[in-house]
Amino acid sequence: MSTQNVDILHMRTKRTWSQDAWRLLKSAPISAKFGMFVIAFYFFCAVFANIIAPFGEAEIVGKAYAPPSAAHWFGLDQIGRDTLSRVIFGARNTIFIALATVLISFFIGGVLGIYAAVTRGWMDQIVSRIVDILMSIPVLIFALMLLAMAGKSVWNLIFILALLDSTRVFRLARNTALSVAVQDFVEAARLRGEGMIWVVFREIIPNILPTLIAEFGLRFSFVFLTISALSFLGVGIQPPTADWGSMVAESKTLITFGRPQPLIPAAAIALLTVAVNFVVDWFLHKTSGLRDGQ
Amino acid sequence: MANDRKRVKGTPLIEIRGLKIEGYSDEKWHPIIKGIDLDLKRGEVLGLIGESGAGKSTLGLATMGYTKPGCRISAGTVMFDGIDLVNAPQEQLRKMWGSQISYVAQSAAASFNPAHRLMEQVTESARNHGVMDTNKAEADAKDLFKRLQLPNPDTIGTRYPHQVSGGQLQRAMTAMAMSCRPDLIVFDEPTTALDVTTQVEVLASMRRIVEEFDTAAVYITHDLAVVAQMAHRIMVLRYGNLVEQSDTRSMLKQPTQDYTKSLWAVRSLEKPEEKSSDIALSVSGVDATYSGAMKVLENVTVRLPRGKTVSVVGESGSGKSTLARAITGLLPVSKGRIEFNGKALPAKLKDRDRDTLRRIQMIYQSADTALNPRQRVRDIIGRPLEFYLGLTGAAKEKKIIALLDNIELGENFIDRFPGEMSGGQKQRISIARALAAEPDIIICDEVTSALDQIVQEEILKLLMRLQKDTGVSYLFITHDIATVRAISDEIVVMYKGKVVQQGLKSEVLNPPYPPYTELLLSSVPQMDPDWLTGLLKQRAGAKV
Repeated sequence: MSTQNVDILHMRTKRTWSQDAWRLLKSAPISAKFGMFVIAFYFFCAVFANIIAPFGEAEIVGKAYAPPSAAHWFGLDQIGRDTLSRVIFGARNTIFIALATVLISFFIGGVLGIYAAVTRGWMDQIVSRIVDILMSIPVLIFALMLLAMAGKSVWNLIFILALLDSTRVFRLARNTALSVAVQDFVEAARLRGEGMIWVVFREIIPNILPTLIAEFGLRFSFVFLTISALSFLGVGIQPPTADWGSMVAESKTLITFGRPQPLIPAAAIALLTVAVNFVVDWFLHKTSGLRDGQ
Repeated sequence: MANDRKRVKGTPLIEIRGLKIEGYSDEKWHPIIKGIDLDLKRGEVLGLIGESGAGKSTLGLATMGYTKPGCRISAGTVMFDGIDLVNAPQEQLRKMWGSQISYVAQSAAASFNPAHRLMEQVTESARNHGVMDTNKAEADAKDLFKRLQLPNPDTIGTRYPHQVSGGQLQRAMTAMAMSCRPDLIVFDEPTTALDVTTQVEVLASMRRIVEEFDTAAVYITHDLAVVAQMAHRIMVLRYGNLVEQSDTRSMLKQPTQDYTKSLWAVRSLEKPEEKSSDIALSVSGVDATYSGAMKVLENVTVRLPRGKTVSVVGESGSGKSTLARAITGLLPVSKGRIEFNGKALPAKLKDRDRDTLRRIQMIYQSADTALNPRQRVRDIIGRPLEFYLGLTGAAKEKKIIALLDNIELGENFIDRFPGEMSGGQKQRISIARALAAEPDIIICDEVTSALDQIVQEEILKLLMRLQKDTGVSYLFITHDIATVRAISDEIVVMYKGKVVQQGLKSEVLNPPYPPYTELLLSSVPQMDPDWLTGLLKQRAGAKV
């Protein structure tokens, strides 16, 4: 038994990183593969929007509310812009803003959370209580209030959402880092005389990274939904910039005439959210070591 | 109901034939039990013994017709009192569990609901199965508490689980299991988590109550000496197979299989003690407190001679691990002095220089938590080499391989993660990590207690050889007297944060004893089926 084991393990270490990644991808369930495909497709659209989109983002190409036709598959919007083109450009804007927001919120929440977990003491207490207070206020209402105070701009939107979202990241980062920080191998590193940097980057972060990556995916979909909701309410991304939330809002009356236009950006939002969740589910399942039936 | 059935002692109760159980992991079914026959008569106590992974718990649960989630019975029959448990409907099993068959788990603390009082939980199965009404069940529970020698049997039921001690909780759990007067009780390592001094009382009360009600029992444990006190007959299991079975006395007198004999081995390992007055580390009059209030060490004085092993023994809560924390500087002492190589050791960890840190290393009880699961062996062992000795590149690699050879694992372990090794191998890696620093002292905190008997012996032998080769001193913290006997030169006995006794092994393990040492030593189960009976008689005599 043991010799066989040695061989298997030996082989595994000789495989390259890309081969490992490929094997991992191949072993993914169909839902995760679907999710990855959808996400890749969205990113492709976002990056190459200029090339793919048949018309410009704010280009008026015909009559307002024109129904779908061969030239304009999804029809035209309230001032005669091509809906398909705007959906494609909307991917770029919405995804960019959501990504920027989540990156900033992970930077703030992650750094504070891990620092609080490692040092404990009064700093931890103060930040944790502030986070408790911030979390007790509903995000959407709080964001509406702050946006009304700060003014409607893309960067205000990003920073305000990042700040509100970082409270969730802080809690997760702090709790997972804390559960690692109390383990013997961290104590062993401290006894060795290791400094804070080593303890954080070599002992703690590698152990909490899978959880944080999964959370990154989930937070991305939440932020994305929040942005869409804010845009729908008119305080998010401002016209003429294409955005799915505001596109739903602008064309919502068409639904009463049996026209599919508002459903298209709405479906784009829903599909991306579902796709991200599929991938995160698989990833969490994989890294947490959960097995079926347990 | 359950009481009305005829119980004739000695008639067959359980008959298992050709039982095979499989467990699901890594997307495959793996055999756990590979075809075992088992018979149990009414009133008989059967001991199931084996190392971790032997399948003893799985087989024990199978006598109840139960398999853990992720396991299935793939072949064989389990007949209980004429009922086929394998094919019995879930509803019928549910009715039998708790009333005819009950279970006592290893951790009573985890098995009781902390939000309810003991009485409610102890009487629950009797009430739910309709055996008795509440008043009768409570009266009966009080009677059981009395029989189990719980203090204040009339009022202890009003307490919550956290308000009683671990040993008392384990007995309350036995009372719960007994409440319907079952035909069979399965005890799954019920005393493993308890201190030896507590274990004696729990074993005695369990044995008495099982005898009084002529209950059949399956007693699962890895401790031969414990099972020798409890069981009429012993089955030794390994890798899901039966190694041998016979009645307790003949099993102890003349085991036929090599494997069974090897289970005794650690008890025969014994290093001759050596005296030395060259002191490497001395702890004098040390006090330590947690959060300024609770004194966990009081006036502790311990000396560790160079190149020798001093064992620190005591029950949980005696302060032996705290002593290690004080020496390493994790818990700065509030009074007293720790000297290392003749110089005072700064109390706080961060005031110590790198060379001092290098010279005092530590090995932990659980290699699972002591090794970073995301680092390869190369990084785990390599880091102290780099950090303390400044080795890099090829020189470091060479030294890592030399260390791996030294701990008898070899080069091909260098790229492994901790998750790819067994418990014993992981503990060896921990030893190599400590050794890499070329320390003067290694503090070993219960390093063998999470390991199987045979692996324990290998680790102890390795530690002894390393001591001979490198002249390192060990401060060996343990609660296991057999290990102490094997490895120490000197012994320190601790109780409630104080040192009861320090002396050479021959002095401490032989009379005259201070009272606590005597209690501790006499509580260690012996490989003699009459040991518990004798001890109880002796203690009863002493009280009168």
